[in-house]
Amino acid sequence: MKETLYDKIWNEHMVHQNPDGSSLLYIDRHLIHEVTSPQAFDGLNIEKRKIWNNKSIYAVSDHNVPTKNRLAGIDDKISKLQVDTLIDNCKKHDISYFDLNDINQGIVHVIGPELGITQPGMTLVCGDSHTSTHGALASLAFGIGTSDVEHVLATQCINVNKEKNFKIIIKNSLNDFISSKDLILHIIKTIGTSGGTGFTIEFAGSCIEQMSVEGRMTMCNMSIEAGAKSGLVAFDNNTLNYMLDKKYIPGKNHIDNAIKYWEKLVSDDDAHFDKELIIDALDVVPQVTWGTSPEMTVDVYGKTPNPNDESDINKRDYITRALDYMGLKANQDIQSINIDKVFIGSCTNSRIEDLRQAAEVLNGEKISGSIKQAIVVPGSGHVKAQAENEGLDKIFIKSGFEWRDPGCSMCLGMNDDSLLPYERCASTSNRNFEGRQGDKGRTHLVSPSMAAVAAIKGHFSSVVDFINEK
Amino acid sequence: MKNKIIHGQVIPFNQSNIDTDAIIPKQYLKSIKKSGFGPFLFDSLRYLDPGDLSTKAKRKINPEFILNKAPYSSGNIILANDNFGCGSSREHAVWAIKDYGIEVVISTSFADIFKRNSFKNSLLLISISKNILDKLFQEILDSPNYELTIDVQNQTITTPSKQAYDFDISDSDKERIIQGYDDIGLSLMHKNKIEQYEKKMKQKKPWMFGKQS
Ligand code: SF4
Repeated sequence: MKETLYDKIWNEHMVHQNPDGSSLLYIDRHLIHEVTSPQAFDGLNIEKRKIWNNKSIYAVSDHNVPTKNRLAGIDDKISKLQVDTLIDNCKKHDISYFDLNDINQGIVHVIGPELGITQPGMTLVCGDSHTSTHGALASLAFGIGTSDVEHVLATQCINVNKEKNFKIIIKNSLNDFISSKDLILHIIKTIGTSGGTGFTIEFAGSCIEQMSVEGRMTMCNMSIEAGAKSGLVAFDNNTLNYMLDKKYIPGKNHIDNAIKYWEKLVSDDDAHFDKELIIDALDVVPQVTWGTSPEMTVDVYGKTPNPNDESDINKRDYITRALDYMGLKANQDIQSINIDKVFIGSCTNSRIEDLRQAAEVLNGEKISGSIKQAIVVPGSGHVKAQAENEGLDKIFIKSGFEWRDPGCSMCLGMNDDSLLPYERCASTSNRNFEGRQGDKGRTHLVSPSMAAVAAIKGHFSSVVDFINEK
Repeated sequence: MKNKIIHGQVIPFNQSNIDTDAIIPKQYLKSIKKSGFGPFLFDSLRYLDPGDLSTKAKRKINPEFILNKAPYSSGNIILANDNFGCGSSREHAVWAIKDYGIEVVISTSFADIFKRNSFKNSLLLISISKNILDKLFQEILDSPNYELTIDVQNQTITTPSKQAYDFDISDSDKERIIQGYDDIGLSLMHKNKIEQYEKKMKQKKPWMFGKQS
């Protein structure tokens, strides 16, 4: 039987098939953070249940943490209680926890791959929908709710139904200055926010083969924005080279066998996919979201839609409502939209390559006087240190950006970094939902280099044109 | 087998892609409890002034929002458009819906993680076809006092005019709704199998177990 990569990892981890068609799937790695774990530990305590394998768990605080004055600790009492609760739970159960001042601390989906906690062929879960990110390393990774966090803590397994297989083939290569973020936004625009619901998406094709592992992470990260709980990329030489210098990878005695195992983590030729889509990378230009759902994406050279062009009344309302929330008119040129704030960060785009792309644009430039605030929040302590080694921090600061400590920050604004009502932000994060970055805040999702150009110009503009004119 | 009949007023929420950020905004995720989220359900739509966990003052109600309008304010069944519950995996969204008193959400489709979270908390989700959904929305528009009866065991929705529609639900989800389910307890019945699996895999790929350095 020919198998897809997803089939292979699934079959390898199936412990038991339930009568209702779901399966008990074994979980190799469990990442936890402060926001979705306290109630799970509580549940265990109440039922007096034990943790199955505390060595499979790594914990970090990222959602709720300040990104400046780290050493001063957390001011907000409610946030502090949440972080302290995680620390207590980890102490009590002897779980690895990366403290706020540890260089290993960072956004959970950045540190997993970066430290080699995530490895090819593993199953990995976290109480967070962007767990899909880790699929870039040919591991089956998906987000779960708090009840399932408790279930995995207690049983090392999860009951799940197998999804269908969806292969998205991206042929050719991306043009210069077009990033994986533009590509995934282009795909979401094409298939819609529920286009991947019920599927595990495998990204393949020559464009993906050439893409760096970090770029693949951006793709898999946003597969959830297309409705798919997991995104996957097959193991190849890029994956291998990425893995080899990571901290927690298999030791000397095991590495050769591990690599042999990893090399099989590809879909068989002629494996059956329930759905396939071919995208031409050459068609992709810089993307900007105009609305309140990631599918509301257009080319930077395009315009906002006109609801009157829609015949379906529900769709017309949907567009009208989004334009209204975003404070935009129908048929408005994307390049005419002025912005107030710029956020470079989040588990989508806060890795070293993302920061390099933004810094390349910002080098020798100043951000527009009309920008109220522009911040760069590296994804982890290691990313921050690496960027400082390369002098990127100086480029950012010189251009007018603030250089912060790692965390989720303005991606969801649980800490002090958020938009004020009606402020408009060019953001490298993954969600432009109403209120996501702050009550009544307006989010436009873009790539790191597009965010940098928007900061310089004060409005959206194509990075390709910017570089050509430079 | 026991049955569960749910009866009540429908709240027509005719939007697609209602995300979990809208259902419960992030400032409430700082709570370390499972209960008490009901007053914050759809917080930024429901109130005119912002709030968080430490807000003591009485909030300003948004009279335009569907949950604040009679007869919908007493409803226990939400009718919504496609892809309900997309976005963040926060189970707080389900806790807020339940705590508010909603027992059922009806839509054409639900986001995967939200769906799992719902049934784990005995919140019934019913998927129906676009045709039927549009029909129900039209009927509520014509007569706002619109109550449905949902028979979980027999998998039917009955409208005020006694029209009945069937819906699909898996046996285990049905049981979760009718009598609750101890998922962890049930999985632990397979403890031996999990241990055997682990033993085998520790031989096959020892590097995946325990810490490496
Ligand atoms: S960076 Fe944003 S999307 Fe990523 S885990 Fe943090 S809050 Fe979630």
